[in-house]
Amino acid sequence: MSAGTARGLAALIAGVLFGLGLAISQMVNPAKVLNFLDVAGHWDPTLALVMGGALLITIPAFRFVLKRPAPLLDGRFHLPTRNDVDGRLIAGAALFGVGWGLGGLCPGPAVAATLSGAGAILIFLLAMLIGSWLVSHFQA
Amino acid sequence: MDTTAFTPLTGLAGGLLIGLSAVLLLLANGRIAGISGIVGGLLAPARGEWAWRLLFVVGLVSGAAVYMVSTGSLGVSVQAAWPVMAAAGLLVGIGTRLGSGCTSGHGVCGIGRLSARSMIATIVFMATAGTTVFIVRHVVGGGV
Repeated sequence: MSAGTARGLAALIAGVLFGLGLAISQMVNPAKVLNFLDVAGHWDPTLALVMGGALLITIPAFRFVLKRPAPLLDGRFHLPTRNDVDGRLIAGAALFGVGWGLGGLCPGPAVAATLSGAGAILIFLLAMLIGSWLVSHFQA
Repeated sequence: MDTTAFTPLTGLAGGLLIGLSAVLLLLANGRIAGISGIVGGLLAPARGEWAWRLLFVVGLVSGAAVYMVSTGSLGVSVQAAWPVMAAAGLLVGIGTRLGSGCTSGHGVCGIGRLSARSMIATIVFMATAGTTVFIVRHVVGGGV
């Protein structure tokens, strides 16, 4: 198996695990996500456990993995290099949160939930792709 | 609005799988499992970065499909009318690209590497999302 094929296979398996995780935890359901965000209503704390469960794995494992000189199938780690907090980060996160709070979908669940066949999810996904493309198209 | 039951065990199990996914992608390929970046990257492909992103997305949909087939339903309940969903999607697309990440990239992977940028981004999007839901449900009322 070539290195490229192996990388593709690893990405595919990682995607399957991610999709299963989103479905099992019901994070593909906008109602469940909105009920997490609605602390003043019938609060459903499940999302905190999903994020907590993921961090329970990533926080210790990332430390261990990043001690390696390189990943298993690539010459180097491809990590974000910036560590300053700027207006763009804050504005972007703030806008994302408003959209997340309106629809109850973030990018992963939006992709997975298209399987439901709901027209409103497809419209959300299409609008999300347009938004993403607009930013990358107009930034220098 | 639909009420949903607190499901701590399946929530935790799903979270562990998402964490494993992120560790596998970092350990094997040295890449961050940030869905907004992976999906957005498919629209403006960089050389050598397209195939693995597509395969990850195919896997993501397949994983959800396995669940849907084995349980009979994905359990998706849309809570807003389509014009609101369109506006929401646009904001999510613009915001995650501008802010370099979403719930997975910042919330799971960034905090996983103890990045200050990701911790702050996560606090900000949680806060504006919570405020938005509060306004929609309790100030405007009646739901959208």
